[in-house]
Amino acid sequence: MKNKITIMEVCGTHTMNIARFGLRSLLPNSVNVISGPGCPVCVTSSSDINNALVLADMDDVIITTFGDMIRIPCDGRMLMDYKNVKVLYDPLDSIELAKNSPDKEIVFLGVGFETTTPIVASIIIRAKELGLDNFTVLCMNKVVSPALELILNDKQNNIDGFILPGHVAAITGTCYFDFITGLSGRGVISGFDPKGIMDSIEKLSLMITRKEFGVVNNYEGIVKSNGNEKAKKIVKEVFDIVDSDWRGIGVLKKSGLKISEKYSRFDAKERFSIKDRNIKDPHSCLCGEVLLGKKIPTDCMLYGKQCVPSSPVGPCMVSSEGTCSAYYKYISN
Amino acid sequence: MIKDRVDINVGAGGKQMQDFISKIIVSELGNPILNVMDDSAKLPSERNRTAFTSDSYVVSPVFFNGGDIGRLCVCGTVNDLASSGAVAKYLSLSFIIEAGASLEDIKKIVSSIALTAKEADVSIVTGDTKVVEPGKCDVLYINTAGIGFIDNGVEISSHNAKDGDIVMVTGPIGDHEACIIMSRGILKIGLEVKSDLAPLNKKVQELLSLTKDVHVIKDPTRGGLAGALNDIVSNSSVTANIIEKDVPFSDEVKTLCDVAGFDPFYLASEGRLVIVGRPSIEGAVTKVFGPKARNIGNIKKGTKDVLLSTNIGGLRKLRMMDGIQVPRIC
Repeated sequence: MKNKITIMEVCGTHTMNIARFGLRSLLPNSVNVISGPGCPVCVTSSSDINNALVLADMDDVIITTFGDMIRIPCDGRMLMDYKNVKVLYDPLDSIELAKNSPDKEIVFLGVGFETTTPIVASIIIRAKELGLDNFTVLCMNKVVSPALELILNDKQNNIDGFILPGHVAAITGTCYFDFITGLSGRGVISGFDPKGIMDSIEKLSLMITRKEFGVVNNYEGIVKSNGNEKAKKIVKEVFDIVDSDWRGIGVLKKSGLKISEKYSRFDAKERFSIKDRNIKDPHSCLCGEVLLGKKIPTDCMLYGKQCVPSSPVGPCMVSSEGTCSAYYKYISN
Repeated sequence: MIKDRVDINVGAGGKQMQDFISKIIVSELGNPILNVMDDSAKLPSERNRTAFTSDSYVVSPVFFNGGDIGRLCVCGTVNDLASSGAVAKYLSLSFIIEAGASLEDIKKIVSSIALTAKEADVSIVTGDTKVVEPGKCDVLYINTAGIGFIDNGVEISSHNAKDGDIVMVTGPIGDHEACIIMSRGILKIGLEVKSDLAPLNKKVQELLSLTKDVHVIKDPTRGGLAGALNDIVSNSSVTANIIEKDVPFSDEVKTLCDVAGFDPFYLASEGRLVIVGRPSIEGAVTKVFGPKARNIGNIKKGTKDVLLSTNIGGLRKLRMMDGIQVPRIC
């Protein structure tokens, strides 16, 4: 048995709640909790952000998006600088905006993992039902499992187990995480309140001590074995699984979503003939290694100097759920 | 002739401007000093120290649940003076109006300024009006400057927190910003939040008449409670130990933060104060500000940190906000 165990959580809400409630201060020194690739904004590639900026530059286009996306810098620009970018809380408002602005093209930025993707699928279906011809989605949605497989297959990884995202599992079902057992890994599906997270860390620690592999559902009221069949069905209906570029990590096979042929008229990339441009991540930025749990934010020479929440360099500092942002706000000096 | 919209001529310095000032402004706010209508107000001097402050108000929307930009521009400046322990007396009032703004709205706002100034017992003694082209401001921006006088023996400053002091807040924190977020109508969760906006100068004077042991008064406006506390520990070179479960937040603020991913420690209030002083102040603060005032922690010698003992028993630093809060993605 090692003297110290390392646990990785892979959900932005877990990142924030562990930091906000000071949970690390309650753990023994032998338990190290780090954050993995759980924040969808953080793993969005520079190329995808550039595509959004290209769209924002177009006449008659209004971009609608969740908040965190507006502050990611790309080639010295960010969406926040554009008057035609609107931050929404409810993606369905994009549909209303499209209905009420027939002379404008409304482009919703689709970002998120399995939790958010069914919402994006549902608004695309809704747009089709309404016959909207001025609404499209720039789809950057991803699936979380290939990133976890990458970590598990990395012989250098020092991760003893995962705290798995309860919201993702509520959609996908526990069966989605079976690959972890297959790769001799272990994880506990966790809720989000501080007691639930602490309880999951304890359960995972016991599994590590006992050298047990597998996935335990510790969010039983919400997460079922097969998940939410209706949500899974509409995701399958609207999207195809494709290879996808992850910020700081690179292209992962079958890790992204593309709007399917049947709904292609709602695909902003097709409608506006957007071609991906290869944009390099900022020099010296360690976001990729932070996302894979190989480095912690304070290892990065930009952290707390050029890279702070008010002027972030890398996406892990941009998103309120990013590892670097949580570190900066709640943990380090 | 006054029409139903403010047009660009109102800011031109001619007859329309004179009409606007006399019919819309002075008719509501007039007093012997303002009525002189010189280029500057002439004020009698009082007591031995003068406090002087200025603030600009650009809130959108201009009308919100529990107030409007008019009430805000009086309360904000009066509360800044009160935070220095000053007796607020005089305000200036400068409007920058977007051409096309509804005159009815401007009248309502001026009326609200008059009512709030009366409530706070301050006089508007000088001012200015400019009108800019449509789109160059959002309906109405206001700047107010304020003058107050400080009694002998009153030494209130964010530099004065001392080892052994207690930290109090005068009521639930963050309702004003929560109200503004909800008033913008983009978060449709059926939550009604009323702003805490209020002038606090009279209550501060009452408090200072009851106790000499108040060291710091700070209004947790932009940057919220976290910002106010960090200003205090930084200026006084002390550590604040704050107990999260003792910090009052309304149910509405808690719900908003849960749904949208905001941290309530960073939400602004416009009618609350952070008060630091000897432990003996607790009774006086509760007497003046009512039962919702809370003792939320204490001050120790130390490292200019605000340390928060969380509800679950963890410990973390409560830092100053860096950047802006935006709604989270999931």
